[in-house]
Amino acid sequence: MNIGIPSIACGNFASVVNTVARAGGQATLLARPEQVRECSKIIIPGVGAFDHGMRSLHEGGWTQPLHEFATQLKRPVLGICLGMQLMCLSSEEGVLPGLGWIDAHVRRFKFPEGSSLKIPHMGWNTVVIHRDNPLIASTEGEQRFYFVHSYHAVCAQSEDVIATARHGIDVTAAFQRNNVMGAQFHPEKSHRFGLSLIRKFVELPC
Amino acid sequence: MLKHRVIPCLLLRQGGLVKTKRFRDPVYVGDPINAIRIFNEKEVDELMVLDIEASREGKEPDYELIGQFAGECMMPLCYGGGVRSLEQARRLFALGVEKVCIQSAALTDMRVVREIADVFGSQSVLFSLDVRSGLFGRRFAYNASKRTDDPRQWHELLHAAVSSGAGEIMLNAVDRDGMMKGMDLALIREAAKQLSVPLIAVGGVGSLADIRQAVDAGASAVSAGAFFVFYGPHRAVLITYPRYQDLEALLQEVQR
Repeated sequence: MNIGIPSIACGNFASVVNTVARAGGQATLLARPEQVRECSKIIIPGVGAFDHGMRSLHEGGWTQPLHEFATQLKRPVLGICLGMQLMCLSSEEGVLPGLGWIDAHVRRFKFPEGSSLKIPHMGWNTVVIHRDNPLIASTEGEQRFYFVHSYHAVCAQSEDVIATARHGIDVTAAFQRNNVMGAQFHPEKSHRFGLSLIRKFVELPC
Repeated sequence: MLKHRVIPCLLLRQGGLVKTKRFRDPVYVGDPINAIRIFNEKEVDELMVLDIEASREGKEPDYELIGQFAGECMMPLCYGGGVRSLEQARRLFALGVEKVCIQSAALTDMRVVREIADVFGSQSVLFSLDVRSGLFGRRFAYNASKRTDDPRQWHELLHAAVSSGAGEIMLNAVDRDGMMKGMDLALIREAAKQLSVPLIAVGGVGSLADIRQAVDAGASAVSAGAFFVFYGPHRAVLITYPRYQDLEALLQEVQR
């Protein structure tokens, strides 16, 4: 089957669905949690607050099927923006535990008083690729992506980090551990750079 | 490092694109979907679409059309015009819009900004303020939907919006709109100094140098309409956008 997107209450799905189609794949909004296991891959998009996102997963009954998908079936899962943060253990933005698939905590940007650095980290930023990975080619010269976030994932295992962006500090731009992947930026809004990432995800064997 | 954004601002009126001068005399400049496709090819940083009639006439956003825009955009899309409630914002985000731009409703009651920021985050809500220059360098907050000045100080309104959760401020110099004769740098400087959130400066861009000057004055992003849709002294319609390399060269080593 194709790529499923859980229809949680904090997502903007249209642009993700369209980008997957442009990349040669097919993404479907899942109405019911039982559909998760029928999918070959899952994308968890999301905008908004951490607890709101976790609550949407819990209340919709998505948490258990997603756990099974990511940790037992071990099929590819891509979290985008808040979706990536939900894959972590916790967030300073909320009190609810995250899905905990990646050994990371989500922290708020903190800059000294009077700093010219703005929060949210919003706009186009280039990334540094840290290792070969399934999502971002490390050989294609400068790649830029569109970021919008006030919180960022801090990975306990540095080998999980595949790309960072600079905003005062080095921010985790993308992580991956086996079948679990996350992008802090919005590939669906990052022109050919994001399209390439989505295409790689679409073409991943599963 | 974060790049300074350069954002085409498209004005929507009855489903078509128009461009104004000093907020008046809208001239038809083309079909929005066609314009978005061109801006996709040109890899613009972001796109702003403002329906200039929705609030004035108390209309709802044209969801069907905006959904088409969002599906077409391969860059972030901000929509403004007629947005007055959390429910409308929710519907727009579900269509794939990244941010909503609020003016009229926020001038009436800032609570709508707070409500949207609480649910969707500050990054999703932008407060736009139009500022008009008067005699002796005085500046007035201008309520475009009512075509009257707002009695409050413009910088107080910016502070109120930020403390209500607005993640960005779009500041438009009414007298510069569509004139392509340069931006109000003093206004940009004064606003940027006071703001902790990104400032999008708009109004008056006629050259790449104007964009650089606005960034030097403290703008995080610069938006323009006429500069990206008109060509030459007779304002022939031609959609353009600088090449990435040219913007890189223009905006490098900005001093802060």
